[in-house]
Amino acid sequence: MSAGVYSCYARRYARLVTMPTTAHTLTDVAASESTLRRFLHGLPGVDAVGLEARAASLGTRSIKTTAKAYAIDLAISMVDLTTLEGADTPGKVRALGAKAVRPDPTDRTAPATAAVCVYPDMVATAKEAVAGSSVKVASVATAFPAGRAALSVKLADVRDAVAAGADEIDMVIDRGAFLAGNYMKVYDEIVAVKEACGASARLKVIFETGELSTYDNIRRASWLGMIAGADFIKTSTGKVAVNATPANTLLMLEAVRDFRAQTGVQVGVKPAGGIRTTKDAVKFLVLVNETAGEDWLDNHWFRFGASSLLNDLLMQRQKLATGRYSGPDYVTVD
Amino acid sequence: MTMEKQTPVFEYAPAPESRSVVDIAPSYGLFIDGEFTEAADGKVFKTVSPSTEEVLSEIAQAGTEDVDRAVRAARKAFEKWSALPGSERAKYLFRIARIIQERSRELAVLETLDNGKPIKETRDADLPLVAAHFFYYAGWADKLDHAGFGANPRPLGVAGQVIPWNFPLLMLAWKIAPALATGNTVVLKPAETTPLSALFFADICRQAGLPKGVVNILPGYGATGAALVEHPDVNKVAFTGSTAVGKAIARQVAGTRKKVTLELGGKGANIVFDDAPIDQAVEGIVSGIFFNQGQVCCAGSRLLVQESIQDELLDSLKRRLSTLRLGDPLDKNTDIGAINSAEQLSRITTLVEAGEAEGAERWSAACELPSSGYWFAPTLFTNVTQAHTIARDEIFGPVLSVLTFRTPDEAVAKANNSQYGLSAGIWSEKGSRILAVANKLRAGVVWSNTFNKFDPTSPFGGYKESGFGREGGRHGLEAYLDV
Repeated sequence: MSAGVYSCYARRYARLVTMPTTAHTLTDVAASESTLRRFLHGLPGVDAVGLEARAASLGTRSIKTTAKAYAIDLAISMVDLTTLEGADTPGKVRALGAKAVRPDPTDRTAPATAAVCVYPDMVATAKEAVAGSSVKVASVATAFPAGRAALSVKLADVRDAVAAGADEIDMVIDRGAFLAGNYMKVYDEIVAVKEACGASARLKVIFETGELSTYDNIRRASWLGMIAGADFIKTSTGKVAVNATPANTLLMLEAVRDFRAQTGVQVGVKPAGGIRTTKDAVKFLVLVNETAGEDWLDNHWFRFGASSLLNDLLMQRQKLATGRYSGPDYVTVD
Repeated sequence: MTMEKQTPVFEYAPAPESRSVVDIAPSYGLFIDGEFTEAADGKVFKTVSPSTEEVLSEIAQAGTEDVDRAVRAARKAFEKWSALPGSERAKYLFRIARIIQERSRELAVLETLDNGKPIKETRDADLPLVAAHFFYYAGWADKLDHAGFGANPRPLGVAGQVIPWNFPLLMLAWKIAPALATGNTVVLKPAETTPLSALFFADICRQAGLPKGVVNILPGYGATGAALVEHPDVNKVAFTGSTAVGKAIARQVAGTRKKVTLELGGKGANIVFDDAPIDQAVEGIVSGIFFNQGQVCCAGSRLLVQESIQDELLDSLKRRLSTLRLGDPLDKNTDIGAINSAEQLSRITTLVEAGEAEGAERWSAACELPSSGYWFAPTLFTNVTQAHTIARDEIFGPVLSVLTFRTPDEAVAKANNSQYGLSAGIWSEKGSRILAVANKLRAGVVWSNTFNKFDPTSPFGGYKESGFGREGGRHGLEAYLDV
């Protein structure tokens, strides 16, 4: 009984906001803890077997020749080239920035990556390294990756990064609050971080899907994040065992597709962690193409959070151009 | 009706599977007593590729005399074959299964050429299932004492088997694997539009060293099948195909001692409740009716959707249908291939015209149809009621009839309101509802939150005019045992 009633509720509600409008209409959903909970629990369920089967079936698409060349360049342009180590130094970040701006030193036709992604204290260094280019600087704020700090600390972290020039903020949600059912706490935090980002920085909201564990939770988190004002929804930190998978990314692509259909607001998607090969990246682009659609085939709306992926993309790009596999000595080691 | 389609941003380049992996001879004979031979009256027919209308090969057409020759060969082989220990018969079946796996790429391309279905399906569904079926029944061959039919159950003798064109090699496997495992010998007639994979299977039997006469393959038309069914020395008739022919066969064998199993038509209901996992339900609806261009007896050709979510579901479904890729069946990215024959295409067209004439609303996905070959765009009809022809008759094509219901009882009543009873699907996130509804559906197979999933361990067969007898699983042994 309850599942039926809730889903009817969600769908009735959804129909009210079908007309293109701003995200603000959906903020009514977050009027109280109970309205928010009822909305999220009223979203259609996810059948895990079916979702994974669909992702696997799209993974069998055969992308060759011209399509492959297009996909490789698109994927390079979507990389958030990332270093998030305790051992990060200005030197390392400068090297990364240089690589983001010109990924293939031997071939100027290779596109730049979308962004470099660093800890807040490295934002200023990264900003200098990519100055004058199209490459953005993204920063993981809010006590990344665990997010276990007071809100004031998280907001200070965000403000620091923005003040240092970050174009994009990758925040983590409070998974503990989410799993405890305190959706309002998660929502309020995202709203506060969004406000701290100001008008200049785009906000990516990381769910840490590996910790949310179920697909139903990932769908709920996606809608929660979008209603709260996320510019991007992102799978993972890259710091836990299960990161981006085709299935969880497919699910999030369905969420942004449906959110735009209902509100007119387009939100980006960023799978992060575990995507290392060109073959994997192309599979994700097929998911984007056949789920959210071609409006998302642009680095303003889709990103790969990755580090080693870029070199494989470059090697495949060289292979496609020359017919030979050049090997790892012909791409830069950073 | 169909919309303009713009050039996509991410256009998949052609990715055809190589045709060179299969070597199709210009002509093939009948396979009788371990040898390829010509028909006694020298008759031949051509088999064409439905996607291009190109002639693939010329095939000997078996007549009454050939049927008699084949049945005699099978009878002669029966004595020794049925006397072999089960473990010895199993060895042959395991060997056949392994050869099928080794030659799966070749067979997949062959099947796609002769049938018109996408290589994605022959490669990922047909061939793996064919091999799995032989492996599964190979495992039963020496365990028949434990199958629940008493000690030492005996085979029937010579099985006359007639199979359809929609899954040529898979239907062959469904027929031949249990028959051989239980100790019968067979004479099999493949469909006239898809004889090639059965003839390649004949070659596999030789490669596996199967004793002569245990498997005989007789290509031909309906008359060949009728002669086989009629032959007095056939002990068992197994048929998969249309309900009309099935009824004719039932009449033909009435009053004889022949044991019969029939797997006939269907008009499967795919029931979507308002608490369904919508995105996965959409995928299930698509695979339910567009898998193999809807030329599937257990297709989910009637969508029963709860009225409260009709608009939402249909929007999602139409959006999904517009991403289907129709075209060259050998292209690895093709989702929808060709219709098997001109005859079938005209049957589909006639029924679709009836649907329009009776006032149902037609919607077809925007896609360009190739200029040669037999093609039909994925189509759905809304405003369909139980009274419409397209809600009652089996279309056997990529055409979905959408009906609505208000309550679970109404869903069950409508689903069961059919002359057929082969398959059904239930979509709901509520387990208790799935179990309650499944128990009330008069259908041989009920899928919950999935559709068109097959496994050799699971029995398959129909209620009502969808036929009788079960194929697959332990139950499938019974059809070939004297029990």
